[in-house]
Amino acid sequence: MENEFSVKVQELTRTFGDFVAVDHISFQVYKGEIFGFLGANGAGKTTTIKMLCGLLMPTSGTAYVSDFDIYKQTEEIKQNIGYMSQKFSLYEDLTVEENLEFYGGIYGLNNHELKIACSQAVHSTGLGDHLHKLTRDIPLGWKQRLALSCAIMHQPKILFLDEPTGGVDPISRRNFWSLIYDLADGGTTVFVTTHYMDEAEYCNRLSIMHDGKIIAIGSPRELKQSYQKESIEDVFIDLVKK
Amino acid sequence: MKNSSTDSIAPSDGISALHKGNALLYQLDEFMKPRIIAIVQKEFLHIIRDPRSLVIVFLMPIIMVLLYGYAITFDIKEIQLGILDENRTPASRELVQKLTSSNYFKIMADLQSRNEIEEGMLQRRFVAALVIPVDYAKKLKTEPQSQVQLIVDGANSNTATVAINYAKSFFMMYSLEMNTQILVPPLELQPRIWYNPDMKSAHFIVPGLVAVIMMLICTLLTSITITRERESGTMEQILVSPIRPYEIIFGKIAPYVILALIDAIIVVVCARIIFGVPFRGNPLLLLLFCVFYVYASLSLGVFISARVKTQQVAMILAQLTTTLPAIMLSGFIFPIISLPIVLQIISYLVPAKYFLTIIRGIMLKGIGFGYFHQPAIFLLAFGTVLLLASVNRFKTNLEG
Amino acid sequence: MTFDIKIVGLKKSFGSILAIDDLHLDVHEGEMLGLIGPDGAGKTTTLRMLSGLLIADEGVCLVGGKNVRSELSAVRQFIGYMPQRFSLYPDLTVAENLRFFADLFQVNKEERENRMKRLLEFNRLSPFSNRRTAALSGGMKQKLALSCTLIHTPKILLLDEPTTGVDPVSRREFWDILKELRASGVTILVTTPYMDEAAKCNRVAFIHNGKILLVTEPEKIAHHYKNTVLEIVCDQNVKAAKILIASKQFDSVHSFGDRVHLSSHQTSEQMKPMIKNLVEIENIQINSMKEISASIEDVFVELLN
Repeated sequence: MENEFSVKVQELTRTFGDFVAVDHISFQVYKGEIFGFLGANGAGKTTTIKMLCGLLMPTSGTAYVSDFDIYKQTEEIKQNIGYMSQKFSLYEDLTVEENLEFYGGIYGLNNHELKIACSQAVHSTGLGDHLHKLTRDIPLGWKQRLALSCAIMHQPKILFLDEPTGGVDPISRRNFWSLIYDLADGGTTVFVTTHYMDEAEYCNRLSIMHDGKIIAIGSPRELKQSYQKESIEDVFIDLVKK
Repeated sequence: MKNSSTDSIAPSDGISALHKGNALLYQLDEFMKPRIIAIVQKEFLHIIRDPRSLVIVFLMPIIMVLLYGYAITFDIKEIQLGILDENRTPASRELVQKLTSSNYFKIMADLQSRNEIEEGMLQRRFVAALVIPVDYAKKLKTEPQSQVQLIVDGANSNTATVAINYAKSFFMMYSLEMNTQILVPPLELQPRIWYNPDMKSAHFIVPGLVAVIMMLICTLLTSITITRERESGTMEQILVSPIRPYEIIFGKIAPYVILALIDAIIVVVCARIIFGVPFRGNPLLLLLFCVFYVYASLSLGVFISARVKTQQVAMILAQLTTTLPAIMLSGFIFPIISLPIVLQIISYLVPAKYFLTIIRGIMLKGIGFGYFHQPAIFLLAFGTVLLLASVNRFKTNLEG
Repeated sequence: MTFDIKIVGLKKSFGSILAIDDLHLDVHEGEMLGLIGPDGAGKTTTLRMLSGLLIADEGVCLVGGKNVRSELSAVRQFIGYMPQRFSLYPDLTVAENLRFFADLFQVNKEERENRMKRLLEFNRLSPFSNRRTAALSGGMKQKLALSCTLIHTPKILLLDEPTTGVDPVSRREFWDILKELRASGVTILVTTPYMDEAAKCNRVAFIHNGKILLVTEPEKIAHHYKNTVLEIVCDQNVKAAKILIASKQFDSVHSFGDRVHLSSHQTSEQMKPMIKNLVEIENIQINSMKEISASIEDVFVELLN
C-alpha cells in the first residue's frame, strides 16, 4: 500500500525556540488527489509546506514525499515537486517565454525537452498570445497561469500551491482551477493552501490546521455533514473560533 | 479641528465643524501643530529603528578619517635608496657615510652592478639609486666638477619628485661643506610655508573629508528616504492626506540635517585628536557654514528623489553627483587649477569646492565671516534653486 | 452636505491604453457599494481618481458634493483611502503608525489619544499597540491599515481590495467592522475580487474595460440572469463535467469539487433528461440535480463573456 500515497506525514513537529509551529501532525495525501491545506494566518501551514519541500528540517516525526525521506533525500524531493507561491516568483523584466525557459533550465531540461515543455505549457494555458510580452505587462490572471506553467515545466509528481489565487478575479480563478483539475486528472498530486473557502470546496479532501495542529480532515462534504454546516467557511470559522 | 470626543467609531462632527467655520481656530491649530512635525517625528523613528544604519552613519566618518588621514599622505620621511659605488675610494665612502647619517635617506642596498638597480626597483626594495662612478674621486680632485648619477623610479611621480628635491638639497649642502671657497649665491630663495608649515597632508585632507562625508550623507540618505516611500507604497497613503509637498520635503530632510551636523563634529574632533589638525577659527562660525552646506547637499538629494522612482537609481545618482565631484572636482585632493579646463568650469557647480574654501579657511587660517561672502551665497543659491525645483515638481498625486 | 459620490463621464488613459472609458457611477450617502470586476478593469484607477491621486482626462468626480479636481484639499479632509498594497510603516509600532496618521490630519492630542484607544479596542488590536507593524499577521495588518484610514473620522471610505491575502476568520471580522461603520453612517466604496464579499454590500457595480456594466442589489442579482442554473452532484464530478462540456449543449459547465454547475437558456425540465442521458451512458451515478438561483459569480462570468 506504500505507493498509494504521495505524501505521508507522521507526528511531524517543528519548533522555533519555545514556539511550537507545527505540533505532531499526521496525515496522508493520495496520488492524483487535490488536497486542500487550510488554516488561519500563523497556523503553521507555511512551516509544514517548507518542511515537505525540503527547505526546513523537522524537529521530530517523519514524512515521506513521493516516497522520499524529507530528512535525507531533499534533493530527490526537489526534483519531483513543483512549487508556486502567492508571490508568483516571476521575473517581471523577462518575457513570458524567457521565464518559462529559465524555470525549465534550472530543473536541467535540455533544449529538446524545453521546447516540448514550453509548447505543452502554451497549449494547456493558452499563453501563446503573450509569449513575447514582458511579464510585467500581462494581467494578473495571466501571471498566475504563467507561474503555474513555470512550476510544472519539469513535470513534477506533486505540486505545492501556496495561496495561488490571492487577488485574482472569478473568471481567472475558474480557469486556474480547470487547469488544476486537468493536472490532477493526469496523475499529478496537488497540495494547495488557500484563504478562500469557496475554493476549498474544489478540493477532493481538506485538512484544517489551527495552532500547529490538524483539527479536522476529510472531504468537503464529510466536513460539512459532520459539523452540520452549510459551507466550508462556516465549518472553518466554527472550528478555529473554538 | 478641535471637536468633541465622539461615542461611535464613525466620523463625528469634526469635519462639519471644520466646514461650518471657525476657520481661525483651525488655522491657529495648524500653526501650532504643523504636519511637518509629524513627518519629522516619524523619520526619527525610522532612524532609531534601524540601528545598523545608524552605526554606519556615525562610524563611516571615523573610518574615512582614519583611512584618508593615514593612507592618502603625501609626506615622505625617508627615501629608500640603493647605492652602487663603482669608485670605492675614501671619498666615495665619505659620501655614502654622509647620506646614511642624513634623515632623508635610508640606504637599503649596497649594489654591485648596474643590473641590480633595475632588479631592486622592480622588487621595490628602493625607489632611487645613486651611482658613484669610477672616476668620482679623481674628478673631485682634478676637475671643477665631479658627477654622480641618481636614478629614480618614476612610477610614483610624487615620491620621485620628493626624492629628487631631497637629493638636490643634500648635494647642495654637501658641496658647500666640501669647498668653503665657493661663493655663497648672491640671491637665496627661502621658502616658508604658512598655515601648514610642516606640510602635513592630514591638515589638508581632513577638513576636506568633512565636505565629502556631509555631502554623501545628506544627499544619499535623503534621496533614499523619499524614494523608499514611493517603492513601499506608503507614499500613496500619505498623499491622500491634506499634506503639502513642502511639508513632506522639509519634514523628511530635517532629521538628516542633524545627523550630518553630528558627523561634521565627529570628523573635526577626530581630526583634532588623531592628527592634531589645528582649529584656528571660530567653531560656531564653521557650524553656521556647515548648515549652509548641508542645505545645499540635502537639496540635491531631494532634487534627485523628486525625479527618480527607485531607491537603486537614487543611490547611484547620489553617489555620482556627490562623492565623485566632492573628491575629484573640489580641490579636496587635486588642485582645481591643475584640472582640464572643462572640469575646472564644472567645478564651479560643486558645492564641496566652496565649502572646502570655507572650512580650510576657518580651521587652518582662522579667518572670519567677511572672507566667505561668495561661497556662502553660492551654497544658499544652489540649495534654494534645487529645492524650489523639487517642490514644484513634487505633486501630491501619482501622476507622472 | 451629503457625503455621496457622483462620477460622470470619467475617462483616463495611460499612454495608448484606455483604462477608464466613460464611467458613470453614483454612490449614495451611507451605503456600501461593492465595485467588482476582473483584473485590469479599472477598479484601482477609479479609486485613485476619487482620492485625487490620479487626474482624470475627462469627466467629473464629485465627492461629498465637491469637485475632486478643484477642491482636492477639502475632499481629502473627509475621505479615507486604503490602498490595495499594504502601506504602513513596518518599522513603526501599531500605536506609532496611528499617531503619525492622526498628526498628518492634525487631530489634536487629546482627541487623538481618545480615538486611538477606541479604534484599537474596536479592531481588537489593543494588546498589540506596542508591537512593530512588521510582526503583525496579515489580518491584523489590514485592520491596522483600516484604523489608520479611520483616525481622522472620514465620512467617505474608499477601500481597494482590503482583504486580499487575509484568512477567513480575519476576513469575516473585517467585514463585520465595515458593517458597523456603515451602520454609523459612513459611505463606503469597496473593490473586491471575491464574490462572497460583494454579496455583503448593499449594492454591487460590475466594472469591465473601464465601464460600469451593471449596478444592482445582491438580492436582485438573479433577475439579471436569464439562464437557468442547475446544480448536479454525482459520483464522478470531474468526469461528468468533462462529458457535459464536450457535448456543447450548455452555455457553461463548471466543476466546483463536489458539485457541477451548468447554465443554459433552456428550462430545467428540458435540461435534466439531456444531462441524465449524457452522463449515465458513461456509468456515472447522479445523486442529485436541482435548479438553483444564479449567484453574483454566475452573473459576473456571464457579463464578461
